[in-house]
Amino acid sequence: MSSTTTVTPEKTAEEQATWSGQSVPRKEDRRLLQGQGVFVDDVKRHGMGFVHFVRSPYAHAHIAAIDVSKAEAHPAVYGTLTGEEVAALTDPFFQIASVPGANVKDYALAVGKVRYVGEPIVAVVAETREAARDASELVEVEYEPLDAVTDARHAQDDGVPTIHEDAGGNLMWHGVYEWGDLDAAFNEADRVLTIDELHFHRFNSTPLECDGALVEYNRGTGQWTLYTNNQFPGFAAIMMGPAMRCGLDKLRFVTQDIGGGFGNKITSHPQLVACCLLARKLRRPIQWTEWRTDFHLSMSHGNERWFRETEVAVKNDGTLLGFRTKALDDAGAYLRYEPLGGVIWAQVTPGMYRWQNIRVDFTQVATNKAPVSPNRGYSRMQHLWFTERVIDIVAHELDLDPVEVRKRNYIKAEEMPYTTPNGCVYDSGDYAQMLDIALALIGDVGPRRADAEARGKLIGVGIGSTLDSGTNNFGQSRLINPELQFSGNNEVATVKLDIFGEIVVTLGTTPQGQGHETTAAQVVADILKCSVDDVHVRAGHDSYWNSHAGFSGTYASQFAVTGLSAVKGATEMLRDEIFKLAGAVFGGVPPEALELADGGIRIKDNPEAFLPFMACGAIINANNAGLPEDLGVTLNCRYVYRPPFQVPDVEKKYGNLTLTYAAQVHVAVIEVDPETGYYDIVDYAAVDDCGKRINPQIVEGQVMGATAQALGAAVHEVFEYDEDGNLLTPNFYDYHVPHALDMPPLKTGFVESPSPFTPLGTKGMGEGGGAGIHAVCAAVQDATGAIVTDSHNPYQRVWHLLQERP
Amino acid sequence: MNISVTINGTTCERDVEPRKLLIHFVRDDLDLTGSHIGCDTGNCGACSMIVNGQLVKSCMMLAVQADEAAIETVEGLSDDDELTKLQQAFKDNHALQCGYCTPGMLMSATALLRANPHPTEDEIRKGLQGNICRCTGYWNIFEAVKAAAE
Repeated sequence: MSSTTTVTPEKTAEEQATWSGQSVPRKEDRRLLQGQGVFVDDVKRHGMGFVHFVRSPYAHAHIAAIDVSKAEAHPAVYGTLTGEEVAALTDPFFQIASVPGANVKDYALAVGKVRYVGEPIVAVVAETREAARDASELVEVEYEPLDAVTDARHAQDDGVPTIHEDAGGNLMWHGVYEWGDLDAAFNEADRVLTIDELHFHRFNSTPLECDGALVEYNRGTGQWTLYTNNQFPGFAAIMMGPAMRCGLDKLRFVTQDIGGGFGNKITSHPQLVACCLLARKLRRPIQWTEWRTDFHLSMSHGNERWFRETEVAVKNDGTLLGFRTKALDDAGAYLRYEPLGGVIWAQVTPGMYRWQNIRVDFTQVATNKAPVSPNRGYSRMQHLWFTERVIDIVAHELDLDPVEVRKRNYIKAEEMPYTTPNGCVYDSGDYAQMLDIALALIGDVGPRRADAEARGKLIGVGIGSTLDSGTNNFGQSRLINPELQFSGNNEVATVKLDIFGEIVVTLGTTPQGQGHETTAAQVVADILKCSVDDVHVRAGHDSYWNSHAGFSGTYASQFAVTGLSAVKGATEMLRDEIFKLAGAVFGGVPPEALELADGGIRIKDNPEAFLPFMACGAIINANNAGLPEDLGVTLNCRYVYRPPFQVPDVEKKYGNLTLTYAAQVHVAVIEVDPETGYYDIVDYAAVDDCGKRINPQIVEGQVMGATAQALGAAVHEVFEYDEDGNLLTPNFYDYHVPHALDMPPLKTGFVESPSPFTPLGTKGMGEGGGAGIHAVCAAVQDATGAIVTDSHNPYQRVWHLLQERP
Repeated sequence: MNISVTINGTTCERDVEPRKLLIHFVRDDLDLTGSHIGCDTGNCGACSMIVNGQLVKSCMMLAVQADEAAIETVEGLSDDDELTKLQQAFKDNHALQCGYCTPGMLMSATALLRANPHPTEDEIRKGLQGNICRCTGYWNIFEAVKAAAE
């Protein structure tokens, strides 16, 4: 059950005629519906060996000895790789952190020590998947177990074991962010609310396809080809090249279809290095497909975060003046993308509110748990959950309506573009209008409440309002480590007219279901005045294609800005070249006398003088004798889109960290059984504003999917560890993701506030589902009357909250 | 062991290890990679196939148990140029994003519609509850199955 409301600016007659803005059916769908997609495990090579990783059963232990001789003697085994070999053949991965995290030594396989349950120790390669797994059982590892660190809040206590001796303790990164005048804000306050501790739990998006690769080594050229579902090849390459002591030209990344990513497929570089070393050592292609339990044990958990000793300065009318808090982030056992989570949150420092005075003392520690890495809503979701919790706790404590507190403090439409206290520029939006639409979609809750109460149930209504900041300025990494030489962002597209007039587009991106082939074709078709059916967008990514740059990939809500702006730029170059060519062919006709139409170019005043794209492609590619020497036309155009960013001020921690700010307002209505704590989401509204929507159906699909993930995380999903560091939810039995019967009725609404900062008015989107977690927390608080301090509210926690009721 | 299966109308004979799962047999030995693996534990349904008319999760069945069986997979639903009504409804309703769960989802929905050509929304949800999708939130899948049933 779902319904949709849309609020869009008035369209001009010209806009009505465009492909952009239409729900064009996806080009990708046919192959996926017919089972003809090519996912990484579908790629096969003659003689390939299947790799299986021997993994640690201990959360923390010295490795006293490893004996692979019995495994190597297995008749189906091709060979093995150990941490000792990895340490000899590679250097530790480059660390993003400054000291002390910078001193962590991280390799493709465990060296000397294991630091979490599931850490790969030895790789075994065999003729079949089954044999590789059998032979792994024959690897003998002698461990000397150590106490495990499983609670980040005690990771720095006296007597706690050190996970990385090279770092000298379990502190990985620490920084203090302070903007405005905290003392003045707290002096001005009518009330200072204190919140001892808020906890954002550990989960991730569990893409249905696990990680994998097929890796070939070309001994003659020294080059590896990695068919892999890694979603950020640019990042993988800069991690892998220096570690493997090779240039990035030696690492060719190829993908076609990827079975979901959600950020969780960014940090597979350690396993990819192991596969590369094995392909070279064993002289055969290496196939790696992660098992579900391997993924849960080891891959890219979302950042678990605490907010402690929070103080909020507030006026009696609910006006928010400032807050200070101590954020504590659990990085897990290695810093694979961390400690970037320690700054990414700052993209949305005040949330959607006009807070001016903010202090966040941010600490990240290591624990003996799986490494954390980006997960849909990466690091902003945790912070926005915090700001939303604060709003609802303020409303609760001051006995104010959460709607009124939000409207009083939301940044207003007329204040856009709005500069936040830390220098980020919110581009556009009307948050109060979005809230009104969401509340209207839900309607009057009164009758539902009366009906529920008559049955002895409780009704709770909760709001979650969030931002989906997109298109990173990688200069923010310097706030973590001033030595880093990253800044800005980029994406590449090439558009060419081939010999028979085919319009061929290549992208640097690695889509995982976002429909890039379709939306890119819409942008091209609008510029070249042709049909989307005439535009052929190559599926996937290949770093042989010269259509990628350092930040290429699909992550962090940016394709609609970076990818499509690159497509736009390249297509406009091609258009200009077609004009130039036609002008020459027609005997010196100026561009202003020409126009594109019907898959070709013609003279405006003489439409019979028409040059189809096929003729343009044929002339340049195969029939070019006699063309002017200085024509300067190749019909093969490459454009690099570079967003307008400056390097942030490292001292003041000030600057624009992302280009666009899509917004979401969700409202959840829950019905709680006060006897058991069981609850159902009985009504739900999600309102999204991501600026100009190139393909509304695709946008709505992203909103729906993100919402479903948030609801799963809010109610069910958690990577829970016991005190010895064993993961208690290592498969889909114990880690319950939503299925068809879990889905509430959904009402969606859309507002379009075009971004003034992007070439198409678009904003990156797709990660805004975190609002669902906030909305459910607020609804639970509303129903139970107890302050909700955890992002994860399974039925038993709600039962406990019910016991706290006055 | 030697087994013979008829898959999407084609009979194939192979020598398989007795412990080989049906999904690995179909993907690795028969090179029909449309059916996927998402969980290894029978939870996700990405490997759903129809075996002798029954919907099964093929990671929960050994290849040797399928000896002499008639198997239908996503590859057998339609030819290159034509989509079935159900496949077209998935496309029209944006009922897929990454497409990884889609083959299993289509087989479950196909089995559902054969048994119950006009399911209610509740029956659709029950019919698909064994298939996990992490991209769509299912809402558009329900719409697609409803549209195909009309």
